[in-house]
Amino acid sequence: MPVLAHDSRLLWQRRTPLAQWAVWFGWLALAVLFVLSWQVMNKNTIWLFVEDAPRQAADLLSRAWPPRWSYLDRLWAPLWDTINIATLGTGLGIVLATPVAFLAARNTTPSAALVRPLALLLIVASRSINSLIWALLLVAIIGPGLLAGIVAIALRSIGFIGKLLYEAIEEIDETEVEAVRATGASRWQIMDYAVWPQIAPAFAGISVFRWDINIRESTILGLVGAGGIGLQLQSSLARLAWAEVTVIFIVILATVVVSEWVSAKVRARSSERGVLQNCHKTRSCCGRNLPPR
Amino acid sequence: MLRVSSLTKRYKTGDEALRGVSFEVPAGQVVALIGPSGAGKSTLIRCINRLVNPTSGGIDLNGIEITHLGGRGLRRARRHMGMIFQEYALVERLTVMENVLSGRLGYVPFWRSFLRRFPQEDVDKAFALLERVGLSEQVDKRASALSGGQRQRVGIARALEQDPKLLLVDEPTASLDPKTARQIMRLICEVCRERNLPAIISLHDVPLAKMFADRIVGLRAGAIVFDGAPAELDTAMLTEIYGAEDWTQIHPDREAEAEPAPDDRHAREERMAGLT
Repeated sequence: MPVLAHDSRLLWQRRTPLAQWAVWFGWLALAVLFVLSWQVMNKNTIWLFVEDAPRQAADLLSRAWPPRWSYLDRLWAPLWDTINIATLGTGLGIVLATPVAFLAARNTTPSAALVRPLALLLIVASRSINSLIWALLLVAIIGPGLLAGIVAIALRSIGFIGKLLYEAIEEIDETEVEAVRATGASRWQIMDYAVWPQIAPAFAGISVFRWDINIRESTILGLVGAGGIGLQLQSSLARLAWAEVTVIFIVILATVVVSEWVSAKVRARSSERGVLQNCHKTRSCCGRNLPPR
Repeated sequence: MLRVSSLTKRYKTGDEALRGVSFEVPAGQVVALIGPSGAGKSTLIRCINRLVNPTSGGIDLNGIEITHLGGRGLRRARRHMGMIFQEYALVERLTVMENVLSGRLGYVPFWRSFLRRFPQEDVDKAFALLERVGLSEQVDKRASALSGGQRQRVGIARALEQDPKLLLVDEPTASLDPKTARQIMRLICEVCRERNLPAIISLHDVPLAKMFADRIVGLRAGAIVFDGAPAELDTAMLTEIYGAEDWTQIHPDREAEAEPAPDDRHAREERMAGLT
């Protein structure tokens, strides 16, 4: 009740005095917590090492530079593997995630009481486990190699693609669906003519965005034996061959820059279309675009 | 011939949207459905093609009882009822042609519609309808690229592509400017006359309803309180339907007849003088 009567006039404040005090107290508590945490955090810090850190870093850099470019010849094959893991994994992920998304979306699920919770559980389970951990499990199950990497990437992608896609499905304009249903269309015709056209831009954007993330994730899967350039990285690190590590870093950086560029292009196009589409509707002003990273 | 008998609809929330609505629409008659917001106009229209399921009562279209149909039978009944929507309800990302051809979805098997391989007669009909509504130039454009009036024309073509036996029209002009609204109403009434097609059109705009409809049905709180010719809809009836209000402004002819009084004109000129 921020409206107060005072001398027969009405005053308006954003918060009641009590709420205002609560807000101040909240900030104070946060500041105290920060100071305490800082003390706990640094209890075990050996300050001698910290003082030494710049020298250590300089030493490492001096050994890492110049990069051993001759090593590049041995990297093309693992790099190709890495890109394949990401691309095939994303493809498999899309194939698995799309039906899950339709089962999870409130407006397309066959049963909101039974199927929807299961689909949501699947999505959460996939999202809660990092690709590296999926790879670790899969290397143990199906042995080291590319296949483990591909399946790990796919399993992690189900959650991401499934979640964003089912949110896009839930945000479609129901009157378009109603209109197509009113023509006497069957369930699959409604999917094809009313639902799919509305989510197609989101689908393209989400897929390419995930592919871009998967390129980055697949570069480290080799650390646990799931193939790709990470395998090379691990062996170079183990041999303390810092000049090789530098080359690997540069190659990864270049690949990621390219994949980001591709993904940004596609997403800009698809969200542009999405915006154009939604501007014409008076009811919704912002359609589902991709979330901020 | 559409026969609706003691139709009721109670939503899960307990709201009674329709309380025993009965009426008949003979072939070729254009019926305007008027009434305040929440009177049940949209619910009534959506009950007829079962986008909303009525709680009880009967709906009979050309001898087929619609209320108990399901699955294939319901789809077959729906394809004979063309529907036109308030906000056009076109699929924005499909082309004009795809939107019009979606009127055939109740007739063609899934694979044909999926591959967009509609029978040539359907395509011929779509071209003819787009010509009829004046959109021959826009066939390949996306629906989202059209203006409001053009979109509603596509909506009309989609409904007619169904070869309907009945048109259900829900607030066709609510999102349009007054001139376009009249053009759209005129077009709908013309195509109904051409095909001897009965239509139920819900409208907020009473003068528009009086201008175009053969018959007006007034709905209040889910029940019919007026059913008669447009000429019979007088001030007393409007009060019955909408509640008390000054209705004198609603008669366009009377408004036009009234010349501004000399004093008024003088005052207006004086006001305008300040601007120059």
